[in-house]
Amino acid sequence: MIMTDFWSWWIIILTVFSIVACFVIITANLKNYTHVEEGESMGHEFDGIEELNNPLPKWWTYLFYFILVWSVGYLALFPGLGNYEGLLGWKSSNQGITTLAESKALSEKAKAEGLLVELDQEMKTADEVYGPVFKKLADQPILDLAYDEEGFKVGQRLYLQNCALCHGSDARGSEGFPNLRDNDWLYGDSPETIKETLLYGRKAAMPAWQAALGDQGIEEMTAYVLKLAGRKVNDKLADAGEAKFGMCAACHGADGKGSLAHNLPFGAPNLTDNIWLYGGSKKAVEDTLRYGRNGVMPAWKDVLGEDKVHVISAYIYNISHPDK
Amino acid sequence: MTTTNIAHPEYNYKVVRQFALTTVLWGIIGMSVGVLIAAQLIWPALNFDTPWLTFSRLRPLHTNAVIFAFGTSALFATSYYVVQRTCKVRLISDKIAAFTFWGWQAIILSAVISLPLGYTTSKEYAELEWPIDIAIAVVWIAYAYVFLGTLAIRKTSHIYVANWFYAGFIVTVAVLHIVNSQSIAVNEMKSYSIYSGAVDAMIQWWYGHNAVGFLLTAGFLGMMYYFVPKQAERPVYSYRLSVVHFWALVSLYIWAGPHHLHYTALPDWTQSVGMVMSVILFIPSWGGMINGIMTLSGAWHKLKTDPVLRFLIVSLSFYGMSTFEGPMMAIKSVNALSHYTDWTIGHVHSGALGWVAMISIGALYHLIPRLYGKTQMFDLKLVNHHFWLHTIGVVLYIVAMWISGVMQGLMWRAVNADGTLTYSFVQSLEASKPFYFVRFVGGVFIVAGMLVMAYNVYKTVRGAKPQQEEYPEAA
Repeated sequence: MIMTDFWSWWIIILTVFSIVACFVIITANLKNYTHVEEGESMGHEFDGIEELNNPLPKWWTYLFYFILVWSVGYLALFPGLGNYEGLLGWKSSNQGITTLAESKALSEKAKAEGLLVELDQEMKTADEVYGPVFKKLADQPILDLAYDEEGFKVGQRLYLQNCALCHGSDARGSEGFPNLRDNDWLYGDSPETIKETLLYGRKAAMPAWQAALGDQGIEEMTAYVLKLAGRKVNDKLADAGEAKFGMCAACHGADGKGSLAHNLPFGAPNLTDNIWLYGGSKKAVEDTLRYGRNGVMPAWKDVLGEDKVHVISAYIYNISHPDK
Repeated sequence: MTTTNIAHPEYNYKVVRQFALTTVLWGIIGMSVGVLIAAQLIWPALNFDTPWLTFSRLRPLHTNAVIFAFGTSALFATSYYVVQRTCKVRLISDKIAAFTFWGWQAIILSAVISLPLGYTTSKEYAELEWPIDIAIAVVWIAYAYVFLGTLAIRKTSHIYVANWFYAGFIVTVAVLHIVNSQSIAVNEMKSYSIYSGAVDAMIQWWYGHNAVGFLLTAGFLGMMYYFVPKQAERPVYSYRLSVVHFWALVSLYIWAGPHHLHYTALPDWTQSVGMVMSVILFIPSWGGMINGIMTLSGAWHKLKTDPVLRFLIVSLSFYGMSTFEGPMMAIKSVNALSHYTDWTIGHVHSGALGWVAMISIGALYHLIPRLYGKTQMFDLKLVNHHFWLHTIGVVLYIVAMWISGVMQGLMWRAVNADGTLTYSFVQSLEASKPFYFVRFVGGVFIVAGMLVMAYNVYKTVRGAKPQQEEYPEAA
């Protein structure tokens, strides 16, 4: 982040030179250094155009000096002159950070010592002003908060600004991002589980089976998976797929009802409900089997803090369980 | 035209005429594309589901057409005219001057084709791909040779202030273009910038803001310093003011780029320096405005009767307005509100339509009859109509964008009692829609004015004998 002394001085010298040069040229032109009297023609003529030797307007001159003085003051107080940090020690954010731990430590220090790190101070102010609002809501259990009018509204706004990007503003999801309104769950719908998903995130991994199954195997397995979901398929292919389903059963269960039905934490979807995270067309299922899938729900604990996550969890609970 | 200047000691007006007439043509095309994309922002269906008519491709076509086709052709025309008349000498080379005309038109044509086809470097105001960039550099260096070479063989002892500005603009634009266009080609129409990350952004806006500072400001100040005193028939107000504001302007503008990158990954020191220099820049900018407007001292009454002078003087008022607005917007805390909003678009157009277009149009109304051996345009009443159409159009445009922009800035930062955002982005867009309509109407006024101009120019030059003018003996 810090530049070498050479470049630092390069910037300092050029900046100071520009400002001083402005000062010098305006001062030099206050005096009438020409050979003609003020208000008279300079005596040159260009295609009939003459130039008068009028003095600089006074108000304009004063304004010029004033702004030059201001600029020196600003560059003394704030960073600008190369590596010089400015008298106020102001910075937009902590710079030159390489690790998360370092970032947290510097932010804590800035907040505790009142350093002029703009981002940290803004975050501190936001926490002070809005923290109590969320704290008050977060004191209520999720099940109560979910059906509380104010809690629902705040939760919805937080959802729209943080979650809607992937799950959609209607929360019906999209390819790769679960629909949150269908009451179909990968990890469970208890208030605690929803909150856990939001706080710590989830990672689901469907392995790629192309190498193990081969083209023929993929086609057979696709037929069987679609059959599990109640779709019309070629029974011969599906039967061949079923014979190999053992390798899938470890996660999806022997009955294909998914890991949750068997109290397992893999997030392996229920294959029998005809609800599809990555699409239910033959092609999409084939692709899933062939190349695998990697679903990632980010962890929000450090981004939003527990209180906000609590309120969003209540909102999610509400929309997935609209009938209290 | 192989004969030498000695045999035909007259000015080269041919290239000036060519550039002057294409300025009008490109003005109409560039501004019409602007009106179309303004309409697309209200009625998106106007892209007719055609890739090459989408906003994303026509927007760079609009900016390139108005800046590099309309504006720059006006600069070519006037600089070639002014440098000859104020140096009392013919252009140093007719052939190279002709090369700059045909070369520049070929470049514009390649932009008109390649941009709608989707070829772009994605650098704002520098979208053209590398083969065209090389052509621009070649033509520009030829331009520098013709202009600076003509200055070198001048028959006057001093160099007139208009030529300082033209020279500053030509030299700096060459440097900006060549440095910013450095890239690695991956095929005949695709390249990637050799700069990366924050450095790429900084180089881009060092170029971008100085395209404004040197092309759209210094160049047109050169135009102002000739056509305002000429049309007003008054001496320039203050020689010393022109010295101060020239040197301060050119030394400060080059620093101003970082104000396009406030609150980004650009280092804090760069943002501060960019802001400080942009704020100081307010003063020399107003120096130019004062010198232009005060040149009218003792001739104010001419504004009543001369619509050409009205164009020139009102352009200076817009120049003063936008060079006050710009430094204010460069202040970080103001920028926090204005950045990414329509306010920026309004600011740019108050400069581009108010200052650049009006000074060019005024200069052309002075220039075109003289290039065809006449004393004035075919119909001065039509010049007056154009003046009012244009002025109303600009005012509608910039007022709509001010309101829309400030409203967007306020909506984007509004928060609820819990700290969440009050409005979604789409809500701010919905709120802007009526102002987009007003902007579109403003644009229609401006294009209508340009069509009036085209008719007037046609009637002026039709059947007229191109003016041949011998230059006076040097004193």
